[in-house]
Amino acid sequence: MIRLTHDPIDTHQLTESVRDHAAGAVVLFLGTVRELTEGRRTLALDYEAYPEMATAKLEEIAETASRKWPITAYGIIHRLGHLDLGDVSVAVAVSCPHRVEAFEAGRFLIDTLKEIVPIWKKENFDDGTTEWVHPGLDASTDTPVSN
Amino acid sequence: MKLAVQLYARARDLAGLDQVELELIEPASIGDVRTALADRIPELAPLTRGLLIAVGTDYADDSLTVAAGDTVACFPPVSGG
Repeated sequence: MIRLTHDPIDTHQLTESVRDHAAGAVVLFLGTVRELTEGRRTLALDYEAYPEMATAKLEEIAETASRKWPITAYGIIHRLGHLDLGDVSVAVAVSCPHRVEAFEAGRFLIDTLKEIVPIWKKENFDDGTTEWVHPGLDASTDTPVSN
Repeated sequence: MKLAVQLYARARDLAGLDQVELELIEPASIGDVRTALADRIPELAPLTRGLLIAVGTDYADDSLTVAAGDTVACFPPVSGG
């Protein structure tokens, strides 16, 4: 199951959705909004996606993972919109017969999501500035927001 | 030919537009799209080499040929998660 949503993620429901008698292991990864990044204080993050491509890429990643590991079930939910500190931005749940493959598959799913899925976050810092996070690009082109 | 290019994240903010229509000479490649974007929207010029371009739901490299009617999107490196 793959979903993009503007609503809070029900992590319990997601976890339950991958439980299965064939699986002896369930791994849940949550990405949450962190306050400090390289010494700067974040108040909130805004997430946006190119939804059609993000969904297609997530399906592609899940298919690749299913070829590499004996995945019983998986669920990936990414939240979009304005998120406060501590909010869950992404949840990846995966079940497998054994724990080693469940951990490896979960790690692959979140790592690959971060590399190729067209979703972006914008930092809202406590000094009133905002900054898109674009790894490898210079941030100086962002426009500060006046207080 | 005319080609509409969707913009996302900082690329959209810098352009002030979520879509731009480019006029390209056929046959046109993704590399030509990149050049035309920088010409049309000078604010994007400093970023152009770092921008990713997708045709449909797949990433495209500069050698790929585009056709009128293709769904093309352009955006900076991703940061989901």
